[in-house]
Amino acid sequence: MTALWALVVRDVRLALRAGGGTLLAAAFFATVAALVPLGVGPDLQLLARIAGGVLWVAALLATLLTLDRLFQVDFEDGSLDVLALSPVTLEAICAAKMAAHWLTTGLPLILLAPVLALLFNMNTEAYGVLLLSLGIGTPALTAIGHIGAGITVSLKRGGLILSLLVLPLEVPIIIFGAAAVMNAADGGQTALLLLAAFSLGAVILSPFATAAAVRLNLGS
Amino acid sequence: MALEGPNGAGKTSTLRMLAGLLSQAEGTIIFRDGDGTIVADGEERSRLVAWLGHQNGIKAQLSVAENADFFAKLFGAGGYAQIIQRVGLGELAELPAAYLSAGQMRRLALTRLVLSHRPLWLLDEPMASLDRSGRALATGLIEEHCASGGIAIVASHEPLSLASAKLVLGS
Repeated sequence: MTALWALVVRDVRLALRAGGGTLLAAAFFATVAALVPLGVGPDLQLLARIAGGVLWVAALLATLLTLDRLFQVDFEDGSLDVLALSPVTLEAICAAKMAAHWLTTGLPLILLAPVLALLFNMNTEAYGVLLLSLGIGTPALTAIGHIGAGITVSLKRGGLILSLLVLPLEVPIIIFGAAAVMNAADGGQTALLLLAAFSLGAVILSPFATAAAVRLNLGS
Repeated sequence: MALEGPNGAGKTSTLRMLAGLLSQAEGTIIFRDGDGTIVADGEERSRLVAWLGHQNGIKAQLSVAENADFFAKLFGAGGYAQIIQRVGLGELAELPAAYLSAGQMRRLALTRLVLSHRPLWLLDEPMASLDRSGRALATGLIEEHCASGGIAIVASHEPLSLASAKLVLGS
């Protein structure tokens, strides 16, 4: 447990220091969400209706930005070899890295979301559902992103292929996440439950898939 | 044991295969533990290995102490203070590793070998960028490791200044 905790602490520290990209993802999220009302125009009802969808797409893109360096930095500086030979299994290492990534990427997005929802004149009752849906869905963004990052770790410029791999897999998150916010009036419960089911599945399976992908890449 | 051979002979690949980081196309690698039983499980085997590759596995944004602390915690070792003193980085403990020279980085990477407490050291060009005292230090660490019953397989272009078996690849 100490070893895993140390890895989480290390990754959080790295993300918060220069070149870590935590603030970058949050700033990107805010910028994209702030640009949409400028493009759509001052139709308050329309903005309120699309708020959920726009915020979810922005969150997905912001997360995508942080993915390509997830394992690549460790791969390039030799840390991944060390981690692979550590007393902790690679699956647990991937899970710890996911936790650190969510803390530094998913959590800031959730904290920023209510402020951005103001820009969209979102209905007050939808705020809770938006936060809940982001809380349930962002771990899935992290989880699926890690699988893609693991697969592309040994590619020099794998960013684009990573997006192509990851985005189709994240479609259900967008659909259920946005639907939950849109149907917030009746609680958005069905969509939230489906989102939770998808998210749980992704979070549980991802460490195994990611570890398998990383192993494959280390051997090449 | 010293592993020698010209560039491209396969020294690094051999070490990576021994560590289990690379799977071999043919042949078998057999590890035996202290009482001669074969260690068949790949995970268990990789837990016998301490690895020092071309790259140091050091995070430039973290300080020397944070790097060493991470190694110590990852491998479940006690304190790291003594070993960073030993490799001559005690005074620089709070400095971000980004400011270290290549040789000092290598010294920091050497601390990981000691902190990991593994019986088999696989070292790929351990002397790279080390100065004279650094080489003496690395040689001393390897000697101590072997004296306490450990094994070290060292891929190197320069002859080691300690008694060792030699395997020349590509000849």
